[in-house]
Amino acid sequence: MRAALSAFGLLALMSVTSTGQAAAAQAAAGAQGDVAPTAPQAGNVAPDFTRTDLDGKSRVLSAYRGKVILLNFWATWCAPCLAEIPRFSAWQQRYGPSGLQILGIAMDDELDAVRQLAQRDHLAYPVIMGDVQLGQLYGGVLGLPLSYLIDAHGRIVERYRGEPDLKQIERRLRVLLPRPAAP
Amino acid sequence: MLQVGFKLLFAQSHITGAEFAGPAGQSDGLEALGQRVAQLPRDAEIVLYCGCCPWAHCPNIAAAYRRLRELGFRYVKVLYIAHDFGTDWVEKGYPASTGG
Repeated sequence: MRAALSAFGLLALMSVTSTGQAAAAQAAAGAQGDVAPTAPQAGNVAPDFTRTDLDGKSRVLSAYRGKVILLNFWATWCAPCLAEIPRFSAWQQRYGPSGLQILGIAMDDELDAVRQLAQRDHLAYPVIMGDVQLGQLYGGVLGLPLSYLIDAHGRIVERYRGEPDLKQIERRLRVLLPRPAAP
Repeated sequence: MLQVGFKLLFAQSHITGAEFAGPAGQSDGLEALGQRVAQLPRDAEIVLYCGCCPWAHCPNIAAAYRRLRELGFRYVKVLYIAHDFGTDWVEKGYPASTGG
């Protein structure tokens, strides 16, 4: 896949335009657009939501107060997301008894693909199907992967976009756990 | 201008004036793209973009570009979105719309 993309990059070199050029063209055309929602910031209470997970159980974010939450937006088509998931499953098993709860929000268009992956990879935490409203609640999920680390009081501690340093996240969440984790 | 990424991404935000063409990394998306351009002249100027995830990991953009070239379109450009659509477009204040 990487080789294919590299070859594509060379092929398309003369045909690639930049975001700045395109924006200028749009602006010249007089396009205005809508006001983008704002992503919740560190220190603020994480926006609450209620959704049903893949197993049919109702999941309310605020019901997890007292636990540290890693809210992970992902999709089956997102390679960096898939690389994170085994680590997240391992963290859930290791740190769950100390108060960690990971919640996966799948931003796929199709439920079947998510269900198949969740069963195949035996995810150790609940998965919810994302939607436009949930995305907007978190400022627009306009690229993956995206995760929020939320403390036991429901406040956002950190927002991680793109391919984060998983060791750094693990160090951070260990400090926040309400009960000490085994070394 | 055609967005060849995912519907949920497009519905949350897309480049103002762009059309959703379907995720070109999937066979049904590629078919939808072909149908969208079927009536266009082969010298039409088409800009493709996705922005679902970091450029090197995008499952859609290369497939869409190749398909249009195979169909004979000569003036196809790809919008380079290095990180993702939110980071490289919306947060820079470029025109974006919701819905669709």
